[in-house]
Amino acid sequence: DDKLLSGPLSHPDYFNVKELFSLKDLFDARVHLGHKKGCRHRFMEPYIFGCRLDQDIIDLDQTMQHLQLALNFTAHIAYRKGIILFVSRKRQFCHLVETTARECGEYAHTRYWQGGLFTNAHIQFGSGVRLPDLLIFLSSLNNVFEPHVAIRDAAKMNIPTVGVVDTNCNPCLITYPIPGNDDSPSAMELYCKLFRMTITRAKDKRRQNEAFEELR
Amino acid sequence: QTLRLTYTTTVVRTKNVGASGPEKYTEAFIKKQIEEFNLGKRHLANMMGEDPETFTQEDIDRAIAYLFPSGLFDKQARPMMKHPTEIFPEQRKIQWGEDGRPFHFLFYTGKQSYYSLMHETYEKLLNVQKYQDQLTGQDLPPQKEKRNLAGSRWLTKIELEEMLLEKLSDDDYSRFIQLLEKLMMMPCSDIEEKYIQKFSKEVPVQLQKIAIEPLKYDERGVAFSTGEGTRKTARATAIVYDNGTGKMTVNGIDILHYFPVLQDREQLLFPFQFLDRVGKHDTVCTVSGGGRSAQAGAIRLASAKALRSFVTEKEVEFMRQAGLLTVDPRVKERKKPGQEGVRRKFTWKKR
Repeated sequence: DDKLLSGPLSHPDYFNVKELFSLKDLFDARVHLGHKKGCRHRFMEPYIFGCRLDQDIIDLDQTMQHLQLALNFTAHIAYRKGIILFVSRKRQFCHLVETTARECGEYAHTRYWQGGLFTNAHIQFGSGVRLPDLLIFLSSLNNVFEPHVAIRDAAKMNIPTVGVVDTNCNPCLITYPIPGNDDSPSAMELYCKLFRMTITRAKDKRRQNEAFEELR
Repeated sequence: QTLRLTYTTTVVRTKNVGASGPEKYTEAFIKKQIEEFNLGKRHLANMMGEDPETFTQEDIDRAIAYLFPSGLFDKQARPMMKHPTEIFPEQRKIQWGEDGRPFHFLFYTGKQSYYSLMHETYEKLLNVQKYQDQLTGQDLPPQKEKRNLAGSRWLTKIELEEMLLEKLSDDDYSRFIQLLEKLMMMPCSDIEEKYIQKFSKEVPVQLQKIAIEPLKYDERGVAFSTGEGTRKTARATAIVYDNGTGKMTVNGIDILHYFPVLQDREQLLFPFQFLDRVGKHDTVCTVSGGGRSAQAGAIRLASAKALRSFVTEKEVEFMRQAGLLTVDPRVKERKKPGQEGVRRKFTWKKR
């Protein structure tokens, strides 16, 4: 059991997430497009490549690195049978996110976030509930363009977060931010595909390793 | 620093756990209870000397009442042995497995059944849109079958709550109904007809055709028909005969003597006048209760109801629209305490 858990930690990219995406894929899915200059958040300035005709362009090299770290992290969490919760408050992609979560066998929350879901969990759900071990934000703002409450709540409950941050978002409290576009359908479909593939890969790897251990 | 001796009770020392709502039962627990119940039923049957196979719930109740007699007044406080599904209310059992992972993928939203319902309905909507796009791609026009909108209604909020076993807010409910309406309005929504029917109910058509009674014939061969009418506290029955001269008798007395006031006789005349059959019918009425005007109104209604059998359906509809067939709901309003009369308040004095 110890070998099962410590095996993946020795490699920097045990699940080989680098091969799942390339710079060209990100560019074709319009991940580099940000909002206008006026919407820019101060803390996103290091991730922005430049500004063309008032529209911010996100640096895809940095995005690649952040995406690789984030996918690696989710793969490790899924390998250790952690609960992953997909969060997005974009009404356009609510259905897409929920279907992705269902196909992975993980959980989703794309609806109105009730106040004490994490902080008051024992009363909301019942005693003995297990909270998610990872939160994935496919859009870190809510419908009023403010940072989603779940970011702050996850930080309070010591739950690590992975989040796609656009040029108008605050990347502060997110553990693994991924600077990228969160408004285009192509970009969202790309993210959903990537997360789904990493999680299924990690779970398959886990089943394989468990089978190996049993054979011994 | 001083040592302070504080006295506390055991009640105070227990952790302040918030109210966790009604206790939730696991499926395994309920199954075990059902097994124990069945075993206990057989034991009880053996004890009473009856056949365990044909031991019904009523037999169980009688046996328990015999073995454990109780003088308590509240029936629900007495010892009872019922099937576990009746005792443990149908409610959400614990939503997660042994390893802590919840069963439903929308568990962390809080309202899992409602949101999964919205998710499914939206999926059906997307399916319909895709099908429509396919049809337009093949240049086939989308068919629209006329659905009977008048005969069905959506489930009420309470019925939906019962279906989902979850509390809903008015906002949630209205959003769901809006989604369903949108789905129904689409041209090609026939594919999802089954799904929509789960949430719609048949409404019995309001305008139920009240069966008009056929004419009866008495010994002389004359057609007649009866009708009943009420107004305030008066109750009247009228028998209208065909081939008559327009004579009307009330409680054996002619109307001229029974109703000296013109207004009352006008009321009696109205149904016949409306149908242009003034001198053609004889009427024999009985009336009791009420006052002068109430009795007149009651007889009017009774004779109008009787006349329905003599007349075409169109004219019946005309009578209904004229208000001849509607029971007048006005009754005497009660006097309220703190007021002098029905509406009159006591004189208001400034000081």
